[in-house]
Amino acid sequence: MSEHADTAHPALRHHFDDLNQQHAAGTLGMWFFLVTEILFFGPLFFTYALFRSGSLDPSFQNAFIAASHHQNITLGLTNTIVLIASSLTVALGVYFAQTNKKKPLVLMLVLTLLCGVAFLVIKGIEYNQHFAHHLFPGQGFHWDGAPELARGGQMFYILYFCMTGLHAFHMVIGIGIFIYILMRAMRNDFSSDYYVPIEVSGLYWHFVDIVWIFLFPMLYLIDPASKH
Amino acid sequence: MSKKKTYEAEDFSHHVTSMGTYFAIFAALMVLTALTVWVAFQDFGSLNVPIAFAIATVKATVVVLFFMHVIHSPKMTAAILVGSIVFLGILFLLTFSDYLSRFWPMA
Repeated sequence: MSEHADTAHPALRHHFDDLNQQHAAGTLGMWFFLVTEILFFGPLFFTYALFRSGSLDPSFQNAFIAASHHQNITLGLTNTIVLIASSLTVALGVYFAQTNKKKPLVLMLVLTLLCGVAFLVIKGIEYNQHFAHHLFPGQGFHWDGAPELARGGQMFYILYFCMTGLHAFHMVIGIGIFIYILMRAMRNDFSSDYYVPIEVSGLYWHFVDIVWIFLFPMLYLIDPASKH
Repeated sequence: MSKKKTYEAEDFSHHVTSMGTYFAIFAALMVLTALTVWVAFQDFGSLNVPIAFAIATVKATVVVLFFMHVIHSPKMTAAILVGSIVFLGILFLLTFSDYLSRFWPMA
């Protein structure tokens, strides 16, 4: 304990000068982590661009269109709305922490968790439909379209499962983080002076939302009106 | 929530984005989502992909600026983010230049 322990904020860690520095360091650290996340997802986006563009095999352009026609746009759109709504509740959670309103803060965190779970449930329903239609890549993959598009169609579903799987994994981690944040909010850990954990968890949650914002048109909306 | 008010030396102050702003951003994101779906069903020829990508980028930018508070954060935050996107671009550029300049025997 330092000599000014009686005046220091209870949430201030001893290695920071003040709460402002602690807040800045916390958010900056989270941003550095998100930078590594961008580069972590990057190669999947690259692989998608490489195959979708038909640079290696021109038939993949039409194969991706045909494969994406097996996607359920309604479920994909619902999940997009659910996820953006959860980003709103996270942002409002930060607002209620900043304004010392505990009950609305707890409500926002609960709503965020519900949205996160709803997203995963809908994703599970979609995966289930893909399994039922033998669209999971590998031995059991069955392509009912033009035979010359089967390779590209399977490649689409390899990328689909890798990208949405990695994204869903991030959602699971995010739900775990927000259960922890909710528990801390309920035991009055946060106030307008100290809400860094909500802020940085929110940054992570919004990042996962942004990944989905790009995945939605890439995986569900490839020329849905065409006849391939 | 803490009642202890003995630390005035640390007066902690951060920009508080209003609820109205958050709801306006949410509404904008919903409109852009609807636009994403509508655009996908139109035929803009080779422009469909750039348009879809542009809308997604606008949505991501809005989330970054307002939900993630970059607009009210130190410039360092924006510099780190932009820097990471530049590096992602380098990753794409160099890897594409490799893949596209090779001879790939297609079966």
